[in-house]
Amino acid sequence: MFFYLIRRILYAIPIALAVGLVCFMLVQIAPGDPINAIVPADAPAEVVEQVRRDYGLDKPLPVQFALWLGRVVQGDLGRSLATGRPVTADLRSAVGNTLMLALVAAFIGFAMGSILGTIAAVFRGSVLDKLAVGLAAAGVSIPHYWLGMVLVVFFSVTLNWLPAMGAGPGGSGAWEWNWANMQFLVLPAVTLSVIPMGIVTRTVRGVVMELLAQDFVTTLRGKGLRRGGIALHVLKNAASSVLAVMGLQLGYLMGGSILVETVFSWPGTGFLLNSAIFQRDLPVLQGTILVLAIFFVVLNLAVDLVQTALDPRIRRA
Amino acid sequence: MSTAITPAAIAVPQPAPARSRGYWAGVARRLSRDPVTLFFGAVLLLMALAILFAPLLAPHDPYQTSMIRRLRPIWFQDGRYPLGTDELGRDMLTRLLYGGRLSWFLGIAPVLIAFAIGGTLGVVAGFAGGWVNMLIMRTTDVFYAFPSVLLAVAISGALGPGISNAMLSLTLVFIPQIIRVAESTTTSVRNLDYVESARASGAGPLTIVRVHILPNVLGPIFVYSTSLISVSMILASGLSFLGLGTKPPEPEWGLMLNTLRTAIYTQPLIAMLPGVCIFVTSMCFNMVSDGLRTAMDVRG
Repeated sequence: MFFYLIRRILYAIPIALAVGLVCFMLVQIAPGDPINAIVPADAPAEVVEQVRRDYGLDKPLPVQFALWLGRVVQGDLGRSLATGRPVTADLRSAVGNTLMLALVAAFIGFAMGSILGTIAAVFRGSVLDKLAVGLAAAGVSIPHYWLGMVLVVFFSVTLNWLPAMGAGPGGSGAWEWNWANMQFLVLPAVTLSVIPMGIVTRTVRGVVMELLAQDFVTTLRGKGLRRGGIALHVLKNAASSVLAVMGLQLGYLMGGSILVETVFSWPGTGFLLNSAIFQRDLPVLQGTILVLAIFFVVLNLAVDLVQTALDPRIRRA
Repeated sequence: MSTAITPAAIAVPQPAPARSRGYWAGVARRLSRDPVTLFFGAVLLLMALAILFAPLLAPHDPYQTSMIRRLRPIWFQDGRYPLGTDELGRDMLTRLLYGGRLSWFLGIAPVLIAFAIGGTLGVVAGFAGGWVNMLIMRTTDVFYAFPSVLLAVAISGALGPGISNAMLSLTLVFIPQIIRVAESTTTSVRNLDYVESARASGAGPLTIVRVHILPNVLGPIFVYSTSLISVSMILASGLSFLGLGTKPPEPEWGLMLNTLRTAIYTQPLIAMLPGVCIFVTSMCFNMVSDGLRTAMDVRG
């Protein structure tokens, strides 16, 4: 176990470096001189030259990458072109908001998916099964940014029950778990939860169905174990593969919330990305994507380690 | 008389050709008994015909704006504008018909290109093994470190708006996913006994790939790729929705959804229409892909 742990962690390092390289290249593939990503277009020529030397942009690309990486490791992601503030300052509150939204959406989606998937597997072939499978298919096929608009029309415009946009009085910074704050979370979280709901329903249905057909379940039944007892055994066996899917989905929620955040003006990383794209604010774009991708790498690593701890068969393979 | 036995006389009677069914005949038979897949396939076919013959079916010009006819309700002027008008007074039905062309193109084209490139790289990686496999698969791992929406937004965000940039970013998102499927299928086929015996009887690598590997891996790779079409459609529309991808005044469902966002308080029904189109199309592609998977007996 210990060596597996070390090997897996060591393997994440080159991946993280390569992710950094991809993010570094984003500014290089952008049309125009990369210097435009650091200084405003109307800066005087001598300032541009000064910055070019300071940032090492007159050096070859590999050296530039090393310099950039050195700054990133020290927590310097550059400054926003639009606001002049350090990118990390904007990111801190945005990541908090996105994480909160993603966690709540994940909770809703995972709970719904687990329940629907289990029901579908237990009552295989019944109307309930078909309904759950249909819901799962709709969940993965629906353009969720559109679903967000539909929910706004229904719950905000027509019924006037819930706010249509924003994150409440203070966002995650001044967040309190009361209705005044939480009502802002309901629509975006529900909107975002449909994808993990669909995926988890499919996964749980498949895994539970396969387990129910196995000999040990028949043995347990023959032994006279009741439903609850069998469920416990099935749950124990399903946990590792279902958790792996859930972990990945949480990462997708973090990185995929950009569209939903745009619909609901949720002040998270997606909203930051959207305004960065709109203003062609490349340092913000680069920094946000780097942070989200590194988060995803770490999450993948965590999922792998948890899965290995739960299921010793993986380690031997 | 016994010396002149013709080959025909000793030939074992062949079964009637109609009874010998190949793999594809079996797939077609299973599909024909699957009403759900047939239904969604028929819807797709109808939509495809509608957007293909958009110039014949559309009642108006998709670019013709009118300041006095903005955001008119459904069935405006007794059906002269069957689905109303958009925020610039353009006929919605016409825009939806023409918009389907770009949305479908952006859903299918990146997957097709990724199928060709990713499929080739994956089969090469799986068949060659060794350092070639290492090189291709470790590069794939890097792209897997990005959630797909984020990668698409990152690449198109850096390149800027435009259809070709959106296509490029979507293709880059799908290539690694297809490589993984192609590589794992090829690796499992490569180790089967009949490939071993083909190699033992002196077949070269190209022959083995062409005769023994490709016919067995193309099906699963293809089925997996079809399941990506709905993802591609939602992502492409999503990019246009963010202002990347298609640029105005080009009709495209995602972009229409974006520009109609301001109308959700005045004409919510009309503002929802492009999303309905995306949803129905992507649902149909998903269901047909699922049906194909079952009919082609692809596991996983």
